[in-house]
Amino acid sequence: MKPDSSEIRWVDESPLNMGERSYLPLFWDGLTTTFRHLIGPKLTVQFPEERHQFPDPLIYRGVHRLNRDEQGRVKCVACFLCATACPAHCIDIVAGPSPWPDREKYPVVFNIDMLRCIFCGMCEEACPVDAIELTSLYDLSGKSREEMIFDKEKLLSIYDQTKDQEPPGWLRGKREIEDLIELPQDDQDLTQDK
Amino acid sequence: MISFAVVTCIKIAVLLAALMTAAAYLVLVERWIAAWVQDRLGPNRVGIPLTNIRIFGLGQPIADGLKLIFKEEFVPGHVDRILYNVAPVVTFVAAVAVYAVVPLGAVDLGISGWAPVDLTVVPAFDAALIFLFAANGAAVYGIILAGWSSNNKYSLFGAMRGAAQLIAYEIPLSLALIALACYAGTLRIDEIVLQQAESGVWNIVLHPLAFVVFFVAATAEAGRLPFDLPETEQELVGGFHTEYSGMRLMTFLVSEFLHMITAAVVIVLLFLGGWHLWFLTGSEPVAGIGGAIIRIVVFVAKVLAVVFFFMWMRWSWPRFRFDQLMTLAWKPLISWGIVQVTILVVWYAWWEPLVVSQGWSSLPVLALINWVTFILTWVITAAIAQPHYDNSPRRDLVRLAQGVPEGSPYMESPTVQPCDA
Repeated sequence: MKPDSSEIRWVDESPLNMGERSYLPLFWDGLTTTFRHLIGPKLTVQFPEERHQFPDPLIYRGVHRLNRDEQGRVKCVACFLCATACPAHCIDIVAGPSPWPDREKYPVVFNIDMLRCIFCGMCEEACPVDAIELTSLYDLSGKSREEMIFDKEKLLSIYDQTKDQEPPGWLRGKREIEDLIELPQDDQDLTQDK
Repeated sequence: MISFAVVTCIKIAVLLAALMTAAAYLVLVERWIAAWVQDRLGPNRVGIPLTNIRIFGLGQPIADGLKLIFKEEFVPGHVDRILYNVAPVVTFVAAVAVYAVVPLGAVDLGISGWAPVDLTVVPAFDAALIFLFAANGAAVYGIILAGWSSNNKYSLFGAMRGAAQLIAYEIPLSLALIALACYAGTLRIDEIVLQQAESGVWNIVLHPLAFVVFFVAATAEAGRLPFDLPETEQELVGGFHTEYSGMRLMTFLVSEFLHMITAAVVIVLLFLGGWHLWFLTGSEPVAGIGGAIIRIVVFVAKVLAVVFFFMWMRWSWPRFRFDQLMTLAWKPLISWGIVQVTILVVWYAWWEPLVVSQGWSSLPVLALINWVTFILTWVITAAIAQPHYDNSPRRDLVRLAQGVPEGSPYMESPTVQPCDA
């Protein structure tokens, strides 16, 4: 579109009035605004002593955990969907035949390289059995690169550590999924038309 | 003679120690205020070393200083060695030399046989005002030397901006000063302070226009926001001190803070009554020890208040563009300065004899004239001039004439001129 097109309506800033030209109201605005903040409440959290309180820790994307099922076994079925979805290629799974009759495979090795992870949560989205989840733990630190590769035991221990505050999705999401199963009437009509 | 030398050395030592401490701790205060304005807490962790005692982060300046001392002083290979090393020294000397003539009143120590000690390094200096502004203006040499010797585009840009800015703002600064010297009839700062103390009317009440011109120009001279064009971090990396590190960088930073303190000190001395406060300090030239302490406290409190305003202002108003900066100096401020000088000259030549012959007291009339002038100048300036250029896009774009490729509109005649009234 060209600048002289008739479809363009030029909008001009209104010219400064006398008060604005004298700068005084603008000076006053600036000074009062900063002074309000100067004496106002502060937002800083004094980190090691006090910790940030999340409005909803369930939607925070922090350190991963591997969920356990009701019998305390690892819930993962080694389907590799999370490793495939991962944009940073930080998940390393070695699958083995499952010792339990209810599934074919289970992860013999499940490593997440926390230094490569970008905490996007795609693995959590991809997981068909709600086995991998992101917790609200955020103070992640280590003294070596090797230490920052979290293995299966470490990820399971994070589950043990956080399961009380943040119940796993397959427990807390049951109610929501049941609601979703009842499709609205309109949607069914739509499918029949097709 | 020897006692004079000893006393002067003591004064210099005390003054230097006080200035260095003040500069270090004002950096902390500046960081606090910056943090508070941004809803943060600011530095509050560093306290006494090797303990967990934090005392509101008062150890921070020591830690900062130690860090800068122990940092590598990297000298790039492409610099002019001699000028590169001289520049911080020049800046620092110019920033400190100013304090030789800052008067804090005189104290009678009560020791028999001793004359009252003047709390100024160079007491009763007849050209104190001129010296003060000569020393202050010499700082621009440090900036130019640093920018030039660094052999770096950003440094040179910063230095050229600094030079242009300082030269431009020297003029309104000097005009305000001439007005004040006209009024006071002296160039001795201690006498100017004494006059304010004796009449009980500070110069800010008598000469508001001179004060505004002086305040703006002094802020620009000190290179504080909204006039920190020589080192705009967002545009010029570090401005003239881009290539400096370690102790040399610290020298520059301390000098900058000293400049700010200088501006505050001079404003307090010339316009806010120096060490004088009604009902508290008295107005005698010489005070006892207790009185001298009260005067120093009052003076320091006033300086800190002005410094606080500088720091507060920094976060309140956006930085000027360079053309706006120049316009502000060369158009409104210089005109205002000339108006103020003219008013005072006319006052002494014609109006004051007239007022005195009528039997009126002259101070209220002068204050009235100055305030009316102040308001009128401000209003007239706002009405006839905008100290910035119109940035709105030009609307006179037309289609190309025949023979010129289709599709690219061009500007036929720039009928819209930059509006700077």
